[in-house]
Amino acid sequence: MINKVVRDIAQAMAGVTSGASIMIGGFGNAGIPAALIRTLSDNDLDNLTLIINAIRRVDECEPVLFAEQRVSHVISTSFRGPDALPSNFERQWIEGRVSLEIQPQGTFAERIRAGGAGIAAFYTPTAVGTPLVEGRELREFDGETCVLETALTADVALLRAQKADRFGNLFFQGTQANFGAAMATAAALTIVEVEEISDEPLPPEQVHLPGIYVQRVVQVSR
Amino acid sequence: MTAPLSREQMAWRAAQDLADGSYVNLGLGMPVLAANYAPGEREIFYHSENGILGVGPIPEPGYEDPELVDAGSRMVTLRQGAAVFDSAASFAMIRGGHLDITILGAYQVAANGDVANWDPLTPNKGPLIGGAMDLAKGAKAVHIIMRHNTKDGGARLVTACTYPLTAPGKVNRVYTDLAVLDVDAGRFIAREIIPGLSRDELEARTDGPLIFADDCCDLIAPELSP
Repeated sequence: MINKVVRDIAQAMAGVTSGASIMIGGFGNAGIPAALIRTLSDNDLDNLTLIINAIRRVDECEPVLFAEQRVSHVISTSFRGPDALPSNFERQWIEGRVSLEIQPQGTFAERIRAGGAGIAAFYTPTAVGTPLVEGRELREFDGETCVLETALTADVALLRAQKADRFGNLFFQGTQANFGAAMATAAALTIVEVEEISDEPLPPEQVHLPGIYVQRVVQVSR
Repeated sequence: MTAPLSREQMAWRAAQDLADGSYVNLGLGMPVLAANYAPGEREIFYHSENGILGVGPIPEPGYEDPELVDAGSRMVTLRQGAAVFDSAASFAMIRGGHLDITILGAYQVAANGDVANWDPLTPNKGPLIGGAMDLAKGAKAVHIIMRHNTKDGGARLVTACTYPLTAPGKVNRVYTDLAVLDVDAGRFIAREIIPGLSRDELEARTDGPLIFADDCCDLIAPELSP
């Protein structure tokens, strides 16, 4: 019998180790797996690679991660803190203690989608003509110069959804799907915190992300 | 001379050019204000790159949903006919050339249509790209709202951008606090100027080839409260 629902957060996060690459969904507060992020500082995890749209969301949820320099690499579209003074993560980047891959949001989303769909790489015109593509592989298609972008995958994906059933099927509320939906497809271990576990299977037409992409589900109320 | 346009007035002017039935993405800051000022009889679908086509008004107190936000992380509502989807689908919409217009803020626009809006070269701060490069490249038309000059009087409409580019050669139109200008064939073409500002003065405040449309007229916006 399939049952992807786990008892608590500790069980949900079991097996996440130092050195892991971790995709984290969320945009604004929507779809931010805040409870899962907060546990990343447990168990002395370090040398983490975080793949997230806006890194400040991690710092807001769990300041310990950067305060104790547990993160060594970030792949992101926004690496700016909210204040005029640099945040911890900005300071560590300036000092060369965190490496950063910064990219357009559409390229970020598509690299993750490609990672989950078995597409090794793709060409896009986004960012051509900007400093981001200096030294990169370019190719012309129908008169348009494009840059080669490779797929992104990860060891772990953390996301939040409104509802799940025991099969791991997810229902997203509002704009909760954002990056999480593709991240679930691109990670080896997808862990989802949900507002509600449905005792009944979700109606098939309301499954936004099929359970094949989800390994563990834990109930966490906002 | 009439006072330069306020933020709200610039957004109002940009909103007047959004056609009935159009699909529009509004950038953060002044552009997003344009949604408040489009003529009410027009049906316009506002796209938000985090996964909405059909952003509605800000909710009444008590009706906010933290799981329903726009690209500025503001809690929003959905309009009639709206749809929500994930980020990969949202950027496929942008990059696939399906949006009619994006309105963006900018630090600089060059006479060849280049736009620089993501990196103000602030010391000790990290980079923030977001969706601007995808929007500037992917939308059918790129409109910019920005002040005509920097705080110290420097030009933002320039011969060549000195800030890092967001996208080359993509800007069609610029709304400033002094004028409405098209960007075409390596020139700025003034279409509207605030009353009392001389053409010489506008030229002095613009660094780049500037011509005046034959039918160049007064730029007049209603009084709007912030």
